[in-house]
Amino acid sequence: MFDGIQRRVVSLWFPRLASDRALRVWPLAGPFVLTRKEQNANRIYCLNPPASAQGLEVGMAYTDARAFCPDLQSRGADPEGDQRFLLALRRWATRYCPWVGLEGRDGLVLDITGSAHLFGGEAMMLEDLQRRLARAGLSVRIGLADTRGAAWALARHGQQGRNGHCSIAEAGQMLAALAPLPVAALRIEPQVALGLERLGLRYIRDLAGAARGPLTRRFGPGLLRRLDQALGQQPEQISPHTDPPHYGVRMTLPEPIGLLADVMAGTDRLLRQLCSKLKTQEMGARVLCLTLRRVDQDQQQVELRLARPLRDAGRILPLFERGLGEMDAGFGIDQLRLEATVVEPLPVEQLSHVSDGGQDRLDDLISRLGTRIGLDNILRFLPADSHIPDRSFVLAPAAYSQPAGGWARHQPRPLVLFRPEAIAGTGPRPPQRFRWRRMSLTTGRASGPERIAPEWWLEDENWRSGLRDYWRVETREGRRLWLFYTPQNPGWFVQGEFA
Amino acid sequence: MLALAYAARVGGNVMWVQEGWQGQQIHPHGVSDFLDPARLTLSLTQGPLETLAVAEEALRSGAVSLVVLTPSKPIGLTEGRRLQLAARDGAATGLALIADGAGSNATETRWRATPIFDAEGGRGDSTLQRWDLIKNKSGTLGVWHVRWDTASRRLSVVSPAGK
Repeated sequence: MFDGIQRRVVSLWFPRLASDRALRVWPLAGPFVLTRKEQNANRIYCLNPPASAQGLEVGMAYTDARAFCPDLQSRGADPEGDQRFLLALRRWATRYCPWVGLEGRDGLVLDITGSAHLFGGEAMMLEDLQRRLARAGLSVRIGLADTRGAAWALARHGQQGRNGHCSIAEAGQMLAALAPLPVAALRIEPQVALGLERLGLRYIRDLAGAARGPLTRRFGPGLLRRLDQALGQQPEQISPHTDPPHYGVRMTLPEPIGLLADVMAGTDRLLRQLCSKLKTQEMGARVLCLTLRRVDQDQQQVELRLARPLRDAGRILPLFERGLGEMDAGFGIDQLRLEATVVEPLPVEQLSHVSDGGQDRLDDLISRLGTRIGLDNILRFLPADSHIPDRSFVLAPAAYSQPAGGWARHQPRPLVLFRPEAIAGTGPRPPQRFRWRRMSLTTGRASGPERIAPEWWLEDENWRSGLRDYWRVETREGRRLWLFYTPQNPGWFVQGEFA
Repeated sequence: MLALAYAARVGGNVMWVQEGWQGQQIHPHGVSDFLDPARLTLSLTQGPLETLAVAEEALRSGAVSLVVLTPSKPIGLTEGRRLQLAARDGAATGLALIADGAGSNATETRWRATPIFDAEGGRGDSTLQRWDLIKNKSGTLGVWHVRWDTASRRLSVVSPAGK
């Protein structure tokens, strides 16, 4: 068709994908359905052949189905799981050709142009396909044609041949193969198919013979485009799925190793491979997992969490030292496996002569400390929008935040803040003498008050006592303290110390 | 204040190591008088051993120019020496805020900072302090009366008040 190569397309349809998958896990004899809750009613989502033979169908209410068929067995449907299963099948199907795409929720499409001879011809290939799928417990219908549309039509609506579930259109004979099929085989909307039937155009041969102009005026360009695609007069692409990149490398050793230096050298080799892989994808590893398999089949894992995405083997390797040092090599280690379990995008950056203030080294330090005390315990101050002194900042884990500026300050604030500590005192003026932390203090000078009202829109235990009048008190003994008085609930407290 | 005044002078990043249970916390708005709080990283540890380990690691890395630790127990001679070696490797300074009399013999210098009441009623934006250098392995001892100047972000030495 295009530059002389005859395209051949296989369409696979798994009419009972969901129930076949469920029965693969837990085989059952007799009628079986998968149900799914739709509009507050359990409805049949997928069913097996014995259930179909009992007269049940997809979309029927489950209660009705139970009335028809008392020995019906059922389970809940899992459409996401089915989709994952279909993706696994897609990956499996690349054993026949590299060009495999998904077709809806329950089908695959394979462009087998030029690969059929590897299996001894098309018929042999389809037979092999069918045999393997049958052994996996999947019912499948197969269509083979020159175009994607025709293969789809043959898989869903074709006369399934003598050997079961294959229908094959000879090369270049699309119209002949499709002519006896109903118009619904053209992947058109049900209303359009109904409209065509009302016009008396039941089969594709009727449609192909009809005048194109009136049809387009009545049904829009979509109908004839579908027909042309099926007949090969308009091209249609198959988009193959690509596998998501896998960030894992492993190394198997002929002789077991046990010395720390040897394991580090092995890890170094794996890291270099992994990092070059990450580099091609412009990704950086955030969590790395190194699995060491010992000779006695025992496995040990070293997990490394990084403070920022990295793909620099030279910087990651020293971070493994601590984790590997704690490993017990037993009789020796014969397999190393390194996987980046969490990756984040890390675009290539322009190198510059401007120093970044040692940020790289600080990040390395945070990773290293994080392996010891946990990344959540290394914190950084970020400004927060609140006038309450103890909520005017937040402590965020340094590994997951960026330093931020904007420390606006209107009133003097103490350097050290602690939980309010009660002192004896009465009246709205700071007490002349008071005891705090077993020290006897005398007020030398006091400035204030600065009234801070609680944030009424937030519930806060500590501010139950209401308004606070803050005073800066310079004591004769030297310390400058931050005292507050609660007029609504009289009492004096010390909350901070100035530098 | 001594710690932050020093941090402001040397520049670079500061790592503040304290044990997680210690309720007393530095307040970033107060810190902003001395240095940008973005340069400050806080590590919360589980106990005195972790505090020392984190401080040693941070000192050795060279990524921070000052490590401030608030140990809850006196630092022993061996630990102090290890911290010192780490600080030499990383060209950083370690500063332990300790209670009176809990000093380690390994330390290079030891200071005592005492706040003093300013009878003349200064500007009131910082505390007048008396800094006593009470131990110095490589020099003489001394006493200074200092006050932090918030506007110019520098330490000013003042004459002893009331003498």
